[in-house]
Amino acid sequence: MIPSVFEYHAPSTVSEALSLLGQYGDGAKLLAGGHSLLPMMKLRFAEPAHLIDLNKIRELSGIREEGGVIKIGAMTSETALIDSALLQKKIPLLVEAASLIADPQVRNRGTIGGDITHGDPGNDHPAITIALDAKFILVGPKGERTVAAGDFFLGTYMTDLQPEEILKEIHIKPFAPKTGSAYCKLKRKTGDFATAAAAVVLQMSGDVVSSARITLTNVGPIALHAQAAEQALVGKPLTDASIAAAAAAAMAICDPAEDLRGNIEYKTAMAGEMTKRAIRLAATRCK
Amino acid sequence: MAKKLITVTVNGNKIEQAVEPRTLLIHFLRENLNLTGAHIGCDTSHCGACTVDIDGQSVKSCTHLAVQCDGSEVVTVEGLADKGVLHAVQDAFYKEHGLQCGFCTPGMLVRAYRLLQDNVNPSEEQIRAGMAGNLCRCTGYQNIVKAVRHAAKTLQTAKQAVAA
Amino acid sequence: MNSPLNDRKAALMGMGDSRLRKEDARFIQGKGNYVDDIKMPDMVYMDIVRSPVAHARIKKINKEAALAIPGVLAVLTADDLKPLKLHWMPTLAGDVQAVLADEKVHFQMQEVAVVIATERYIAADGVEAVSVEYEELTAVIDPFKALEKGAPVLREDLAGKTEGAHGKRYHHNHIFTWEAGDKAKADVAFSAAEVTVKQDMFYPRVHPCPLETCGCVASFDPVRGELTTFMTSQAPHVVRTVVSLLSGIAESKIRIVSPDIGGGFGNKVPVYPGYVCAIVASIVLGRPVKWIEDRVENISSTGFARDYHMTGELAATKAGKITGLRVNVIADHGAFDSCADPTKFPAGMFHIVSGSYDIPAAYCRVDGVYTNKAPGGVAYRCSFRVTEAVYLIERMVDVLAQDLKMDKAEIRSKNFIRKEQFPYTSAFGFEYDSGDYQGALDKVLNACDYKGLRVEQAAKRADPNSPTLMGIGLVSFTEVVGAGPSKMCDILGVGMFDSCEIRVHPTGSAIARMGTISTGQAHQTTYAQIIATELGLPSEVIQVEEGDTSTAPYGLGTYGSRSTPVAGAAIAMASRKIHAKAKKIAAHLLEVSENDLEWEIDRFKVKGQDAKFKTMKDIAWAAYNKPPAGMEPGLEAVHYYDPPNFTFPFGIYLCVVDIDKATGETKIRRFYALDDCGTRINPMIIEGQIHGGLTEGFAVAMGQQLTFDAQGNIQGNTLMDYFLPTFVETPKWETDFTVTPSPHHPIGAKGVAESPHVGSIPTFTSAVVDAFSHLGVAHMNMPHNAFRVWQQLQASGVKS
Repeated sequence: MIPSVFEYHAPSTVSEALSLLGQYGDGAKLLAGGHSLLPMMKLRFAEPAHLIDLNKIRELSGIREEGGVIKIGAMTSETALIDSALLQKKIPLLVEAASLIADPQVRNRGTIGGDITHGDPGNDHPAITIALDAKFILVGPKGERTVAAGDFFLGTYMTDLQPEEILKEIHIKPFAPKTGSAYCKLKRKTGDFATAAAAVVLQMSGDVVSSARITLTNVGPIALHAQAAEQALVGKPLTDASIAAAAAAAMAICDPAEDLRGNIEYKTAMAGEMTKRAIRLAATRCK
Repeated sequence: MAKKLITVTVNGNKIEQAVEPRTLLIHFLRENLNLTGAHIGCDTSHCGACTVDIDGQSVKSCTHLAVQCDGSEVVTVEGLADKGVLHAVQDAFYKEHGLQCGFCTPGMLVRAYRLLQDNVNPSEEQIRAGMAGNLCRCTGYQNIVKAVRHAAKTLQTAKQAVAA
Repeated sequence: MNSPLNDRKAALMGMGDSRLRKEDARFIQGKGNYVDDIKMPDMVYMDIVRSPVAHARIKKINKEAALAIPGVLAVLTADDLKPLKLHWMPTLAGDVQAVLADEKVHFQMQEVAVVIATERYIAADGVEAVSVEYEELTAVIDPFKALEKGAPVLREDLAGKTEGAHGKRYHHNHIFTWEAGDKAKADVAFSAAEVTVKQDMFYPRVHPCPLETCGCVASFDPVRGELTTFMTSQAPHVVRTVVSLLSGIAESKIRIVSPDIGGGFGNKVPVYPGYVCAIVASIVLGRPVKWIEDRVENISSTGFARDYHMTGELAATKAGKITGLRVNVIADHGAFDSCADPTKFPAGMFHIVSGSYDIPAAYCRVDGVYTNKAPGGVAYRCSFRVTEAVYLIERMVDVLAQDLKMDKAEIRSKNFIRKEQFPYTSAFGFEYDSGDYQGALDKVLNACDYKGLRVEQAAKRADPNSPTLMGIGLVSFTEVVGAGPSKMCDILGVGMFDSCEIRVHPTGSAIARMGTISTGQAHQTTYAQIIATELGLPSEVIQVEEGDTSTAPYGLGTYGSRSTPVAGAAIAMASRKIHAKAKKIAAHLLEVSENDLEWEIDRFKVKGQDAKFKTMKDIAWAAYNKPPAGMEPGLEAVHYYDPPNFTFPFGIYLCVVDIDKATGETKIRRFYALDDCGTRINPMIIEGQIHGGLTEGFAVAMGQQLTFDAQGNIQGNTLMDYFLPTFVETPKWETDFTVTPSPHHPIGAKGVAESPHVGSIPTFTSAVVDAFSHLGVAHMNMPHNAFRVWQQLQASGVKS
């Protein structure tokens, strides 16, 4: 498995990368961690003439808190997310999800931005960032714009990122006190995509759920935001019945593709089961 | 297609070579530098037989371009031993029967080497999670887990000896 | 216990010693020498153009664009091989296989053309540039449909042939019918039976998937007329013979070398088109040609295993004594019959299907069928088709137990061949060498507190809130390995002996050369240990070389657990020839008669006189420098061992699983494996082999399957989908053993590496099915992945 010939560019600034992107247009591909793109190129499913490697752009990496917002550079690796004391404390859902992605070596290279912009419904960060109500900072020749995670994913391998744009940062508000979260991911083995996964962010006011965000991975053409499931929980005490209702609502929006992981019925049922588990686990963490 | 000149430090030796941009790091190491320890097992970054250490991180070199290593420090299995003295992970794999056909072994060793730098005293569960990017078809992993624990002990004992 | 005798024995590190492996030094330092590590001056690279469709006529192959790429040296198709008569090749099973698709492709990923280029990357570019025009034909994926009346003719080259290599073909897609046992007698047992059970089961198509793919470096020297080929082969001598027959080059001018091999598991037994094309390319170009498969090619086109559609029937008394067995199999062999079996046995040793049980009447029938899938049918970490056979009988015994509401352990005890019945001749004619099945079973049941497990299971079943279903699997398997006696077993006419040549050097070190080849089993260590014990020389100074046909004596190679049973015996016999000569020399040196000598660990001593002795080391020197008058100098021997019988390793495996009622995920709580491989040479290595075999068995039972869509497209042919368990999924194994030596083997060893694969697979199924047995489920087909188990949970109405 050998990629076809391409020209390699390693810009050191975002503006340099943007100008290369402008210059080569459709013939160019951005290289982040490379664990989706390079195998595609080795199989010759992708044959870009120009590869623009974003790994040398320092300003694209790093995690910082600024003005009450956590700002994560798009080229921040999964390993860096996992190791971040800031995220462990303030957005533990991101840490939990990152540690369920692929394997240690792949997490060393794989980046949050690459995972998001690939537009693969099997990737985990789309559902996670929607659950976290993240904002994506996209930068293009005309400057920056901000898109909510919930508006970014348009279809399988299709996102709102324009060909001349680069995802620069992911902005997420830290969890309010007593927020609980969980990501439950059913997979066949280490390194696999989810058969189905659910992310839940929960706040409790006494026994009553005061807010809930529920999203699903790999059970539709894009990551799904299960709003009806959220409504099944909010304003009520958490009971077996309300959890079951939320799971049923989550299952109702599933539209998975059948593959070796399972048929539509199984994946839908597992989305429900993962939703239940994530709600229960998140609730135990609302402390 | 124009070749790119890269400078890479491999196992402590500074290498300057012009490479085709599409050259995979694994081929650069195996073909250009004759470091045939790391192997290709799956081509799709699932098996870890090609694992090397780049700037202090384990990386699957079948899914990494040689040009991306410009300015980097790379360590392969050939660089683990120090002047003919085996590294503790190499010795432990031998002592605990942590290998059979040997094909996955270079990747396993380099990964175990890094794991023990990141976590000097890993539990069995941490070893299993930390090594999960490396596949072995022969051993069933049980003796590799033993070997990594064995190496951890050796390294800690050596550290204590130095401290004393 | 410390004593001078024990110290001397320990110093040898011979049989029974868990000595560390001699081969490790190179592997842990990245200095192994695998095929892709080999570089030769002037070497070029080959890559293969493969069919994207499963069944089609080739209309046109356009080479021009590829040939126009700088660095592409040649593009070869079937038409280029025709003048050499190499466009088809014989298979080990008596069929022929297209080397490059000849007018028609028969499976997806079949070899259509090869590109040779100066660099690996350019060869890959060349493959992309070759365009092939196909006219698609209806693909036939299901072997039952292949046998229907109007089914498309898959093998047009065999049109009209009603006789195949194994007798009558009753349909154009039928390969053979093979029968064993006594049908009439079995039918009588069934018509007289108090109870009968019948179960269909499918053993899916799987792939051995060693971590190293297949490949070779072929180097033809046009000046000397000599061909050297380094290749990933488990049987280099057989390859040399085949290459000689195909090419017309004298065997003496062909050297096949199997260097270090990165795992074989049966995948590296067949001769693949890639090897043949690389050899042809090297002859055509006069340059060394390297070909290395990628993983997708390996999984899609090289030797698969299993794909057996089986129906088992047992006849029994109400008390659970089995009185008859009938088995019917439709065997999907893919597009060409390139099974790797002894030639007279198109279904291998499948007739071990009566298992560990004393069954008076038995009959089996296997029908081989062509489909539009890759050829193969290799023995994946097992003796030929033994895994399928063991699976069937172990499943059937469970099915019968359930029908009779008997316990799994009890029904096995009731039907075991008893210790005193050995040697035991089965209804299929195998003569089982030795065994103590009941003793082994008792040991396992006690070690695992089987009764306690059943109590716990009953409690779980009674608890509607239990999140899991608990299952207990139990298997008591017997294998037949060590093929084989040449009166029964040959491959293309070559008897299945194996060989050893030992040379003891003047200073008391030695070299042994073998006809086998290690693919990870540590022959360099274990063979040296046998010699150490036989000759009293330290294993540390005994070198073992194998895999090079120019230096090693002819042998049939390593597969079917035959290395220790056959080659191991050859080592002992060659050693004994040396021992006999050494004794004569010792008698001469000590000036006594041979009858006055006794052997003690590492020396001959005069009986009862500890101080009057000559060590083997002393004798080695004398053998060269002062042999007795009239004796030829030197101390070496060769032995070709034709085994009098197979060996019959056995084991008892117990597995406890907990199945998640909501997701269908199965957790292996406990797996206890007791193996009896006869005499144990290196316990450390045995344990390692068992861990590995259990892990492969786990992979097969729980997740491996090559599936195809209706058009014949293979699905899941990368390691993303094809299940190779990681550190995280793999269970922890507990091992145990008993020792029942083989009476006919020189050192009593039976072979071990395949038992854990063969034995564990039905154990997992037994455990998973057991979790559902109270719900009336008698059998579930593999793989027991979460999705499939969940479907059973739904079908059985299990609420989470």
